[in-house]
Amino acid sequence: MGGLLHTVLVDPFVQMWTLPDFFVQVLWEGLVSGILYALIALGFVLIFKASAVFNFAQGIMVVFAALSLVGLHRLGVPAFVALGLCVLIMLALAVAVERLVLRPLVNQPDIILFMATIGLTYFLIGLGELVFGGEPKVMITSELLLPTGSYVWETLGGRVILQQIDIAAAVIAAAMVAVLAVVFQRTKIGRALRAVADDHQAALSVGIALETIWVVVWFAAGVVALATGIMWGARSDVSFALQIVALKALPVLVLGGLTSVPGAIMGGLIIGIGEKLGEIYWGGLLGGGIESWLAYLIALAFLLVRPQGLFGERIIERV
Amino acid sequence: MRQRAIGEVILAVEDVSLRFGGVRAIADVSFDIRAHEIRAIIGPNGAGKSSMLNVINGFYRPQEGRIVWKGQAHRAMRPYLAASTGIARTFQNIALFKGMTVLDNLMSGRTLKMRRGFFWQALRYGPALEEEIAHRRRVEEIIDFLEIEHIRKVPVGRLPYGLQKRVELGRALAMEPELLLLDEPMAGMNLEEKEDMSRYILEVNEQLGTTIALIEHDMSVVMDLSDRIVVLDHGQLLADGPPEVVSRDPAVIEAYLGVAH
Ligand SMILES: Nc1ncnc2c1ncn2[C@@H]1O[C@H](COP(=O)(O)OP(=O)(O)O)[C@@H](O)[C@H]1O
Ligand SMILES: [Mg+2]
Repeated sequence: MGGLLHTVLVDPFVQMWTLPDFFVQVLWEGLVSGILYALIALGFVLIFKASAVFNFAQGIMVVFAALSLVGLHRLGVPAFVALGLCVLIMLALAVAVERLVLRPLVNQPDIILFMATIGLTYFLIGLGELVFGGEPKVMITSELLLPTGSYVWETLGGRVILQQIDIAAAVIAAAMVAVLAVVFQRTKIGRALRAVADDHQAALSVGIALETIWVVVWFAAGVVALATGIMWGARSDVSFALQIVALKALPVLVLGGLTSVPGAIMGGLIIGIGEKLGEIYWGGLLGGGIESWLAYLIALAFLLVRPQGLFGERIIERV
Repeated sequence: MRQRAIGEVILAVEDVSLRFGGVRAIADVSFDIRAHEIRAIIGPNGAGKSSMLNVINGFYRPQEGRIVWKGQAHRAMRPYLAASTGIARTFQNIALFKGMTVLDNLMSGRTLKMRRGFFWQALRYGPALEEEIAHRRRVEEIIDFLEIEHIRKVPVGRLPYGLQKRVELGRALAMEPELLLLDEPMAGMNLEEKEDMSRYILEVNEQLGTTIALIEHDMSVVMDLSDRIVVLDHGQLLADGPPEVVSRDPAVIEAYLGVAH
């Protein structure tokens, strides 16, 4: 018993202390995963705030966007043209979802809209496979002028290896979040979005065009999905297996709340880092496969301490 | 007694019928609203009063009839069209942006009046900033008028019911409407709050010339405020005329006033 306590409560920290460079390496890798989780969760939150729709398809949108990008490039479209086309595809998707799903189902119970997004998920899987084929593909990282090398950071008496693509991911994610924050905090569209999130009817009565807001948020979520797909695809490869990553957004949302943008970001980082630390320092103890459920454990443990989640009063009240 | 020139017909409801499944919420109703008047809509619960306001601002699409608004005939209004052509409203069950402050709620009423592109707003630059300040000034005037300075920065969800009703009126006023639709603005209020609300409604009508359609159950309020009254019952038009005539109408007394006494 004493031995077990020692391996759980003492050993990991001794390791962190004695190999600090490795510890920093683990933190960094957790941080990068966390950024990508945060981006996926951010897509969920944007859509949920504006339309109270829990978008099951957010994960598949990541795959679909990445697949379209690689697929177009394979058809001979230059990389940046393909990127531009993918942005347009996400816009078309947003418009189509608004016209064909949200508008006809407006005023239906939330569960119906949730089901509709499950339908959308399978539609996107089918469409992606049909047009571009389902086999795993390699992200066009260097064609998009994203760096592929790595830096070696000599520190703490050792070395930390930083993949340049990971640094790029962090920078792009931060820039995207900053742009979204400015738009949603300062502009008429941002105020309208917050109004719609609060009360649809009232928003309509002051002349906010709900349809426009829906297109805006689905498009924003689509662009976020595209960016996430590129970064994630660059670290593994582009296939439908990627959607499993999207499931990681769920514990992030439990932690951060469905309606909080800062919650999604902080939640993503906490889950990403926590998961990596758990896997490396406690993983051997708990056996393999820990990665698939550790995120939920972290979220639940956190909620025991802070039931209202990271930032807010309302957690999942609307689901 | 009051001095306002009642104008031409500004809105006409023509032969409107609205059904929900088997329920006839509105059955072949016609009436009109004249510029600058206070037009009360009364009737027992379920008479179709709220449905009528919902038809006028486009939340509901009637199966039959049409709405003539400022000379334009519409098969059905649309909320956006209504808001952008000068119709503002409040709701029977308050519909405010609960998470936002009183100030932001009122500012949301300025949505359609903001012209500057969102790029400039994001940068808080030049003309966009000036515009925001001008809107803020207008909203502050309304806040003064409604005597809610002390709660400007409070999230609306934390306010007591009576004050929420007042904020909702403020948001509608921020739209600077020509026609203001008020659905039971005094429901659930105590006497003092009712007197305040009556005063605001009268002042808006007299000083700004705003036309008002008012649903209200308190008969003394209706008799005091309104120029003309429409009486609905089971979706049908029961009577239409000035207060002193409607209040003596035997059908009205039986269907409505009789029940209330
Ligand atoms: N959205 C709706 N769906 C179904 N029935 C409705 C709806 N809105 C109103 N009704 C019905 O229409 C009738 C009139 O309701 P309403 O206009 O709210 O009456 P009032 O405001 O005069 O009390 C009622 O029978 C009500 O149940
Ligand atoms: Mg009503």
